[in-house]
Amino acid sequence: MARSDVQLMLDVKAGDEQSFALLLQRYRTPLVNFLYRMVRNREQAEDLAQEVFLRVYRARKDYVPSAKFTTWLFRIATNLALNSVRDNRYQRMEISLDAPVTTDAEDGDERAVDVAEKHANIEQHLVEEVRRKMIRHAVDKLPEKQRAAVLLHKYQELDYNEIAKILECSDSALKSLLFRAYETLRVELAPLVAEQSKQQGQG
Amino acid sequence: MSCTRMENRIVPYVDGRMKENERAQVEKHLAACPACRLRVNEFRAVTGLLDELPQIEPSAAFDARVRARVAAEPVKQSWWAWLAVSPRVALAASMLIAATAWIASRPAIMNLADTDDPQIQQDLPVLENYDVISSFEPLTDLPSQVQTEDTDQSM
Repeated sequence: MARSDVQLMLDVKAGDEQSFALLLQRYRTPLVNFLYRMVRNREQAEDLAQEVFLRVYRARKDYVPSAKFTTWLFRIATNLALNSVRDNRYQRMEISLDAPVTTDAEDGDERAVDVAEKHANIEQHLVEEVRRKMIRHAVDKLPEKQRAAVLLHKYQELDYNEIAKILECSDSALKSLLFRAYETLRVELAPLVAEQSKQQGQG
Repeated sequence: MSCTRMENRIVPYVDGRMKENERAQVEKHLAACPACRLRVNEFRAVTGLLDELPQIEPSAAFDARVRARVAAEPVKQSWWAWLAVSPRVALAASMLIAATAWIASRPAIMNLADTDDPQIQQDLPVLENYDVISSFEPLTDLPSQVQTEDTDQSM
């Protein structure tokens, strides 16, 4: 049976490097994805995810399993992400004075899918791409705390209590944060939402 | 239940993590409220749209980078271990302790103003203003001879 996160972390504390490798394997993809959606830059997301693991490793001697491991892990990640988003915003403000024309470097990121493979239905592919872009932009535009709440809720599937601890707010504050976030997405993505709910109604 | 009270319940209702009794209350409201019913459907649609975003894979070098950063961490040692590693630091520390002990053991320098000696009490203001008096220009401008004669007469 697979060892629990807490058990792995206790083994790391006892000096077992192999358990650290297992934690790394278990959480690198969720962390990189969470951070990518938070900071909107792949390289920076990887760098921050490495920083999260480094901090976990540094804190191993003082580790006490008082909360769920994921709560601790995503709390470190969220704090790093929020700080980084704030720093980026400050930098971007400075840059924008010199270079008013900016390109969205990220738009290329998800285009890496093999186009030739889908060549048979290139139009369908383009439609999907536009949809994805709209969704991504709507998520990107959410205020960072709301964005963090949605990402932890939707993609990490953490429970409310855990997310509330990560974001350092009450359960009811979290529920209202999530409501506002989903409500904004509903309005932002109105055309897609209408289409989707029609399909769901039929299905 | 009112529509405002529904707000914070829609997300937990849609994601299916709501307790059974609360779920029943929400469903009762939904049965009577087309606006909230629409909203629930649209929140479901938003959830479905979010599923369409692809996941990214960490780069191949990710683990190696983490390992390199972990390896670059300085090895944590206790304070005593640090002293043992460097005899020079140990020597410096012991000398510092000895010097502190020696300074602390010496009698404190007497404060002149606290004394009862009338002569010191009288001369102290002169001593305190020594800086000013010693570089007081009008005094140096006086012809030194006159000063000497005056002193002789008074004697």
